[in-house]
Amino acid sequence: MGEMEALRKEADNLKDQITEARKVVQDTTLQEAVAGTALVGRVQLKTRKTLRGHLAKIYAMHWGTDTKFCVSASQDGKLIVWDTLTTNKVNAIPLKSSWVMTCAYAPSGNMVACGGLDNMCSIYNLKGKDGNVKVMRELAAHTGYLSCCRFLSDSEIITSSGDCTCVLWDIETGTEKTIFAGHLGDCMSLAVSPDFKMFISGACDFTAKLWDIREATCRQTFSGHESDINAIGFFPNGNAVITGSDDATCKLYDLRADQELVTYQDSGIMCGVTSLAPSLSGRLLLAGYDDFNVNIWDMLKAERVGVLAGHDNRVSCIGVSSDGMACCTGSWDSFLKIWN
Amino acid sequence: MAKMSGSSNLVAMKKVVQQLRFEASINRVKVSQAAADLQQFCMQNALQDPLLTGTHRTDQPQHYLAFILMLQGKS
Repeated sequence: MGEMEALRKEADNLKDQITEARKVVQDTTLQEAVAGTALVGRVQLKTRKTLRGHLAKIYAMHWGTDTKFCVSASQDGKLIVWDTLTTNKVNAIPLKSSWVMTCAYAPSGNMVACGGLDNMCSIYNLKGKDGNVKVMRELAAHTGYLSCCRFLSDSEIITSSGDCTCVLWDIETGTEKTIFAGHLGDCMSLAVSPDFKMFISGACDFTAKLWDIREATCRQTFSGHESDINAIGFFPNGNAVITGSDDATCKLYDLRADQELVTYQDSGIMCGVTSLAPSLSGRLLLAGYDDFNVNIWDMLKAERVGVLAGHDNRVSCIGVSSDGMACCTGSWDSFLKIWN
Repeated sequence: MAKMSGSSNLVAMKKVVQQLRFEASINRVKVSQAAADLQQFCMQNALQDPLLTGTHRTDQPQHYLAFILMLQGKS
């Protein structure tokens, strides 16, 4: 038992070392650094399109890289690919399991993926020869629900799960290439860095972890939230991470300074954050909450500069198109809305 | 059986310590530098951010003008 005791002491010492090292580089705060910058003017976005068709709660949506199409997943057991300009349904894919919690669009536009309480990630080929959309692969190995998935390419996808791990899969063979273990609670969300070399995960252990995909290591761990992290995203230049939590706040963590820079909170907001997306320049943070609204934050000044109110139930997912032109929100009210 | 679980706990703890050592060893940039770089990125890309400028919305020309004035004044 002596060795265990020594290891525990070493762990505590290392945690103190990390706290100290973070303090050493904290020569200022983000608030002080941007004190001379004006607050962004009030941002008022309008609903331009409403995508109607799902018959139950929408749990996830993801934009395609061509910015015209997006995919949504609902517990009505359907994955729908939408043409957001015409509001037409390009594909309505029936799922084997209706308990879907996530969906993703491949960067190529050739595939979509989804998963949920079936513990699997199902890959669908949108460009099959006969025009029918079929299941291409069923990635099964997680021992918990699939909370999020994101394609790296047509041959690789990363998943996060309620079994506390994230996995990098080879879609071709349907096998696990790398298992990223370390979180002490359900992994709820993941996001891939703009250069596709890293990804971040947010979990029910209240931490966010930065992972090196090829080295298969956890590089950094960020704490501070007081409850489950439900949503996570990269700042557009890949140097910072934004998290959204059940503790009603969002936080910005800088990767190079290895610490939290600011918390986005308001005494009037007392419900959990479900989803988030930064605008193209990173200046705006759009975050969906349990109170049916989306709050728009000035990311540098940490103040609310707008609200998107239009859904009749929880906003469960949000995304900004890759050209930055539009924001899409999905809700438990079964509708998706396109705003700009 | 107690010995078995003891040694697997030891293995797990060694991994935790190894991971902490790794995380402690990274180089850190000053917050002033990190903040400046974030701000610079926002500024450099502001005009290309349609949700921010609202340039593609024909119903709010005043918003765009105010935005341009804000950028020029930098106050």
